[in-house]
Amino acid sequence: MKVRATKAIVECLLEQGVDTIFGYPGGTILNLYDELYDYQDQIHHYLTAHEQGAAHAADGYARSTGKVGVCFATSGPGATNLTTGIATAYADSSPVVFITCNVAENLLGKDSFQEVDITGIAMPITKATYLVTDAQTIPDIIREAFAVAATGRPGPVLIDFLKNVTAPNVEIEYNPLPKKDHAKEGRLAVWDKRVGWEIRTPEPNMDDIDKLVQWIGEAKKPMLICGGGVVRGRADKEFIELAEKMDAPVAITLMGGGGFPGGHPLATGMIGMHGSQASNIACDTCDLLIAVGCRFSDRVALDPQSFAKQARLVHIDIDRAEIGKNVKTDHYVIGDAKRVLELVNERITATENPQWKAEVFSHDTHVPVIESDHMTPDQVLRTIYSKVPQDSIVATDVGQHQMWSIQHFHFSYPGQLLTSGGFGTMGFGLGAALGAKVGNPDKMVLHMTGDGCFRMNSQEMATESHYDIPVITIIFDNRTLGMVRPWQNLIYKKRFSQTDLGFAPDFVKLAEAYGLKGARVSTVEELEAAMDEAIAWGHGYVIDCVIDTDEMVRPMVGGGSAITNFMLT
Amino acid sequence: MNTEKKAYTLSILVEDIPGVLSQVARLFSRKGYNIESICAGVTTQPGMTRISVVTMGDEKMISQLSAQISKLLPVYTVDVLTGEDSVQRELVLIKVNTADKDARDEIIQIVNVFRASILDLAKDTLTIAMLGTADKTKAILNLLEEFGILEIARTGMVALERGRNNIHAQNKLKEEYNYGKTVL
Repeated sequence: MKVRATKAIVECLLEQGVDTIFGYPGGTILNLYDELYDYQDQIHHYLTAHEQGAAHAADGYARSTGKVGVCFATSGPGATNLTTGIATAYADSSPVVFITCNVAENLLGKDSFQEVDITGIAMPITKATYLVTDAQTIPDIIREAFAVAATGRPGPVLIDFLKNVTAPNVEIEYNPLPKKDHAKEGRLAVWDKRVGWEIRTPEPNMDDIDKLVQWIGEAKKPMLICGGGVVRGRADKEFIELAEKMDAPVAITLMGGGGFPGGHPLATGMIGMHGSQASNIACDTCDLLIAVGCRFSDRVALDPQSFAKQARLVHIDIDRAEIGKNVKTDHYVIGDAKRVLELVNERITATENPQWKAEVFSHDTHVPVIESDHMTPDQVLRTIYSKVPQDSIVATDVGQHQMWSIQHFHFSYPGQLLTSGGFGTMGFGLGAALGAKVGNPDKMVLHMTGDGCFRMNSQEMATESHYDIPVITIIFDNRTLGMVRPWQNLIYKKRFSQTDLGFAPDFVKLAEAYGLKGARVSTVEELEAAMDEAIAWGHGYVIDCVIDTDEMVRPMVGGGSAITNFMLT
Repeated sequence: MNTEKKAYTLSILVEDIPGVLSQVARLFSRKGYNIESICAGVTTQPGMTRISVVTMGDEKMISQLSAQISKLLPVYTVDVLTGEDSVQRELVLIKVNTADKDARDEIIQIVNVFRASILDLAKDTLTIAMLGTADKTKAILNLLEEFGILEIARTGMVALERGRNNIHAQNKLKEEYNYGKTVL
């Protein structure tokens, strides 16, 4: 049937089950926004304060719900404001479809007002980009874009529509197609028939599985790493079964938080630069190390040459390009984590390794508590943890508070922890928290941040207030860039260059200016009272926790050095 | 793994869609590698283009590069070819100065020895076309240099595997690359 092009766009979004969009309108995307006006009862659009906030919100929505996030922005600056959000989603393999509109074809390439080559800019930070110049291709491209974003190794995709494509008088032939039939038509169908490309999920190679099973049988000191792939692949149940059957300690990467319950007796805590002693030492002494969905980044395998050199190192990943990229492995299995672990679990028998476990757990799995005149991060986190439901979603920004939060909280399901691990985007947290709350209205959402990060996207308090999205923001306020200052302290001879944030605003007043409530606390008692008030109030709340400027994240291993070479314990 | 740097030819079959060449080329600069030559042309299959890229590198770097290229959605397959397992040729056009009449005869002799051909003969220039390997091209350029080379144009190296082996052959590695690209 003939329909308006913009109607086809929105109908295609409905085909995908989209009911939530984060975005910001502008000149070139007006036609699409005009169409959305008719769909207000089916699609909830959240207008953010800044496009970057919209990008992070769509990302947080995707990470916490497992669905594909959708984000709209206009051309030029609207589109470029998305880029940090796109790169954040790309680094952490989060499925988000970004939709922008560009200038009309007659203005394209003429450096027109608010024109930018966003498909070119986004190419290195997306799985795919599409410039739509022909309205008739709309259904095909949107169906393909969603398929690409959500499957294989997930990731962001960008679609850029020329303004003339979305003009109100443009009509296209659009036939509604349920999602399961998308591969029967258009480009997905072409791909389906394409020579030399198996686009339907193949099975993992059975010889590879058998070899892994044999190695598991031979291992005396097995160890597991739970990476972000376990979270994205929602393979947590299979992973727990594997760990319990192998009776192997589990180190959890930053992105793996929620893939394996932090409170499980086999969990050794985080691994890497700020990993626990138990995790890091076990990686250095085990005889079989199986890493699932992790890419051995420079924050985990700090020194790739020496990393787990004594062990048989096995890598399970969906992306073949990750094999051997950072660390040389002895064996690998390519496949979806859930399916690979299912196949392995079927083939192994349960064993026990009491001696090895005793050895591993003789080292600290927890962070040492350091006494201080001020309220400590440890006290802050303990207090908060005792006040909130155990299934609360935690979104963090980037820095010390991020490490502390992840070290202290015990995440127990995929999507419970939202953090910018790969890209390390300061300002990610508030947008992500809002997206998560929108996607999970029944869960409590905490936004852990620092005074530096909070200032980067604090304007999203306007969104929080306007749509009444009740998120509790906890600021670890040390009036410095806490992740950088210790480096200056330890390595740069206390030359604190440009890390002093003592001139920060009054965050409580700032929250109140946006219509939220806030409290500044410097003792545990005050924090308890503030938490009680925040929970009782049921709307957006900001708690500014004053902590010592010289707090450090412990333990710490220097970049590039052996994983057991602790600078701080 | 061999860490010695040598020339590799990456033969890449891609879907013929806008931007695919820039997507492939981008990966070289992103990983910090130089493209020595690049050329693209259609194949016998409609909508399929073959890109041949010559780059200098060691084994590890080339395998990572071909892994990243294999990941791109419009890429069907990537083959890494070396001088030993493939035939490689490029076409070079050379315009030589022949203001001196004796020089012209001498150049024609060189052209004959190298089995090159003369495309254009003007009063004071000669344009030569030669099909050759990297070594052969280097040799003829060395000889012609003394006469004065006015300009040259090279197509870049194209390559095919020797014998029945070809880029469509499936193997375990190619299947593994495709796993991450599955879209259904």
